[in-house]
Parts: sequence; structure tokens; C-alpha cells
Amino acid sequence: MKRTVFPNRWLPYALVAPQVAITLGFFFWPAFDSLRLSLYRASPFGDRLMWVGLWNFERLAGDEAYLRSALTSFVFSFVVTLVGLALALLLASLANAKIRGLTVYRSLLLWPYGIAPAVAGIIWLFIFHPSYGILPYLLAFVTAYQFNWFLKGWVALALVIVAAIWKQFGYNLAFYLAGLQAIETAVLEAASVDGAGPIRRFFAITFPLLSPVTFFLFTLNMTFAFFDTFGLIHSVTQGGPGDATSILVYRAWKDGFEGLQLGLSAAQSVILMALVIGLTALQFRYAEKRVTY
Amino acid sequence: MARDRGAWLAHAILGAAVVVLAFPLYYAFVISTQTLGEVTSLPPKLLPSTALLDNYAEAWARVKMGRLLLNSAIVALAVAFGKISISLLSAFAIVYFNFRGKQVVFWMIFVTLMLPVPVRIVSTYQVISVLGWVDTYWGLTVPLMASATGTFLFRQFYQTIPDSLAEAAQLDGAGPMRFLWSILLPLSKANIAALFVILFVYGWNDYLWPLMVTNRPEMRTAVIGIEALVPRTSQLPEWNVAMAAAMMVLLPPVLVIVAMQRWFVKGLIETEK
Repeated sequence: MKRTVFPNRWLPYALVAPQVAITLGFFFWPAFDSLRLSLYRASPFGDRLMWVGLWNFERLAGDEAYLRSALTSFVFSFVVTLVGLALALLLASLANAKIRGLTVYRSLLLWPYGIAPAVAGIIWLFIFHPSYGILPYLLAFVTAYQFNWFLKGWVALALVIVAAIWKQFGYNLAFYLAGLQAIETAVLEAASVDGAGPIRRFFAITFPLLSPVTFFLFTLNMTFAFFDTFGLIHSVTQGGPGDATSILVYRAWKDGFEGLQLGLSAAQSVILMALVIGLTALQFRYAEKRVTY
Repeated sequence: MARDRGAWLAHAILGAAVVVLAFPLYYAFVISTQTLGEVTSLPPKLLPSTALLDNYAEAWARVKMGRLLLNSAIVALAVAFGKISISLLSAFAIVYFNFRGKQVVFWMIFVTLMLPVPVRIVSTYQVISVLGWVDTYWGLTVPLMASATGTFLFRQFYQTIPDSLAEAAQLDGAGPMRFLWSILLPLSKANIAALFVILFVYGWNDYLWPLMVTNRPEMRTAVIGIEALVPRTSQLPEWNVAMAAAMMVLLPPVLVIVAMQRWFVKGLIETEK
């Protein structure tokens, strides 16, 4: 708490006014309105709202396509996060030595963060292109399997997963490298003298000491994969083929904007809201208790 | 000996990571320099060719790239400076003033963290449409300017500034706005720069919001506008033009990161805390 406080009655209100106005108008009111809309259904011509209680939620719970979307979202987010982090941690551990030029490597690793998911998607779309892409071309030497994402859902999912991991990978690696450099070599050397092998040393010392970095990267990557990949899906696969890459955010947007099913879309927003609130709560609990700083 | 081998291995791994990471960008660039015939020939050609100018000019003309890039620049700069100013002012009010309702304001700002655009898709659009802000720069930028992370960043920073500075300013007869302008602002330069990089990249690359609040092609931002150039199944496979467009759209935020790297790293760490 500051001891020095400026005595002024109205100025502080003027200072917070823009923030408060935007927060109320574009965050609180729409969030509240989503809650309200989720209990209604738009009439076929969209001119009237009919009260339907929890019908939208019941419909979603019984809708196989929606449940599939939920599964796709979780698979997508967890694969992007876990594979991305595991790979980054593995490489960082192998490359953990006191070497020159680390800042140069850092520069060469961080730039993909600046590429929009949608643009990353377009680049990978061509790399995966069944007729002209380099990846199916190379894979054709190894197997006769047709890696055609237009036809096979899992290939489409792999395509967006790879694009997402690619965009995140450099800075995951850069953060792990920095985290590893901060660990005292004396601790590891002592363990080594006590007869602990490299794998034992990693799991007993390095990994626990890296837990704040891992936690930070985990939340960041999960949020990214869950919410910020909308552009990737929209510009690359449009949820397809079928609904193989239709993640929850994409479905909520599509039902609302293309299907004009406002109540149904609002109900999906409410479910997403519950998810975010749960994740944030978890984040704060976990950040306070478990992680070694 | 062991140390040498470790260093050698480290260079090999990091070098390989850098190359693998850069390959898709290199490949996209190479494609953007080839003719249609080269793009569609197998095996894929991995060296730059001669059609660079043709492809970039074609992409530029076909989607009115100049307008798209201008829109993106306006949005990215307005969002970055708007968010920075708004959060700077609210953090100043929260740290340096006592006022009724301060706790409420603080919690309100905190709660916005839990309400990203995807959780209020349809309703936020309705607010924009009631205001008549569809297809306007107001609609594209103002609703994105509230920032919990920015406010917390500045709040945390102000709390580390010794009280004696504000006391001295008061003794010299400087009012609060004077103190903010001549003392706090210069001290906040590094934080502002850090936040700027993160927010510029965010504003430039954001997709869902501009997709929702714009319908007219000339109000689209670049990340959305170039989708029209991606060849679909029934179209001529002009991937060279698509890649030329992709290169133009990805360059500005990547350059900002490279040029302001020190602040970028600081920003990444500070905003996610």
C-alpha cells in the first residue's frame, strides 16, 4: 500500500472511466446477455425470442456432434501442448551446456511467435497439399497410404496440430533453455557424484526445478490451443472434412454466425465461460501451492 | 573433454532446431518466387525462381493488399496504444488514489481475464451492431482496449516505485497529472515497450474479432483478407500468389519481434505472470 496518496475526489474516477466503460459495455453486458440468450430460442425468422429454459443445454448434451467437438477440442489442445512441451524440454535438456551464442539462438527461435495462426495454417496447408505438397510427396516413398486431408479427418487434425506446434515451438524451447541455464550446475554435479545417472538426475532434480517454467508454458499453450487457434481452423479446414477439426470455439461461432442459432450459440459460449473460469481458478490454486519457485 | 562434447551437441541440436523451424518459412518464400508451372511440378523445387515480382504484384492487386495492410496497421497500433494508455491510467488511479469503489473496479478488471471474445461471441456482436460500429475502425479497436494484464503490469511496477518520488513531487507543488506525465511515464518506458510488442502482434494477428465485426472486404484486416487467395479444390492452384500474400502479412509482426526482441521477451514474461 502506498503511503503517498494524491488527494483528489473526482480525478481517480476519470482515470478509470475508459477502462470501466469498455469493461461494462463489451465484457460484462455481453457476458450477461449470453447467459440470458442461452435460455431462449430465436424464432425461424429471427424476429422473436422464445423462452426455452435449459433446452439449449439439453440439446447440446444430447448432440453427438457437439460432444465430438468437445473431444476434438481436448485432444487438439492436449496434443499441441503436451507434444510441443515434451519435444521442447527434450531438446533443451540435450542442448543444455554453457555455450556461446545463446542469445543468437534465442533470436532465431522466437520469431515464429509473430506469425498469425491463420497464416501459419496457410503455409502448412500447402506443405500438406495432397497433389503438390512436399510432405505427401516424401511420405509416398515410404508408404502407399494417401495422406489426403481433404478426405481423411485425422490427417486434417494432424495438419492443424503441426501448424499450431510449429508456431509455439520456438518460444517453448527458448523458455526451457533459459530455465535450464538458471539451474545451479553444482546441484547436478553433487547428484552426479552421489551416483545418480543422467535420467535419474533429470527426474529428481531438473524436472521439479523447472516446474514453474512448465506450469507457465502449459497454461499459455493450453489457452492458445483452445481459443487462439480459431483463425487456423477457419482459414485452413473450416472444421472439416466433416467435422473432424471443428473445435468448440469454431462451432460456437458457426452456429451463431452462419447458422443464426443465437440461443444455441450463446449456450455454447456459457459452457466455454464455465471452462475458462474453472481453468483460471485452477491456475491460481495450483500456482500458489504446488509449483516450486 | 565431456564439456566439449556437450557444447558440440548443444550447437548441433539448436542448429537443427533453428533450421527445421525456419524451413516452412523458407519453403513459403521459395514458392512465392515460382511460376505456376514450377509450383505444381513434382518433385517440389526448393530453390527461389524468377516470378517474385509478378506474384507479389498479383497478390497485391487481387485482394487490395494495400488497404488490408493499412487496416491491420491501424488496428494493431490503435489496440496497442489504446490498451497501454487505458491500463496505465487505471493503474495510476488504483495505486496513487484512495477512492470509494476502488476494490470493485479492481475486481471488475480482474474478471475480464475470464471473458475472452470466444465466450461472448453473439452478444458482443449485438452490442457493436446497436452502436452502429459494424465495419468501422471503432468497432475493430475500442472493444479490445480493456486490459487486465496491462493494468496489473503497470500496477505492479508502480508499487515498486519509492513513495519519496511522489512526496517530492507534491512538495514541489506538482499535481497528480504532472507527476504521471513527467515522472511515472519516463520510468515506465521499458514496460511500455514490452507491452507494445505483445499487443502489436496480438492486434495484427487477431482473427475472430475482425471476422465478426466486419462484412465489407475493404474493412477486413490482412490475416482474414488473404484467405480469398488460398486456392480451393476447383480453382487454379496459384499457391505462388497465396504464399506471396502470406509473406507480406507475416512480415510486419515478425519484424517488430526481431527488432524489439529484448522488450518482447520481457513482455512475454511480464504479461503472463
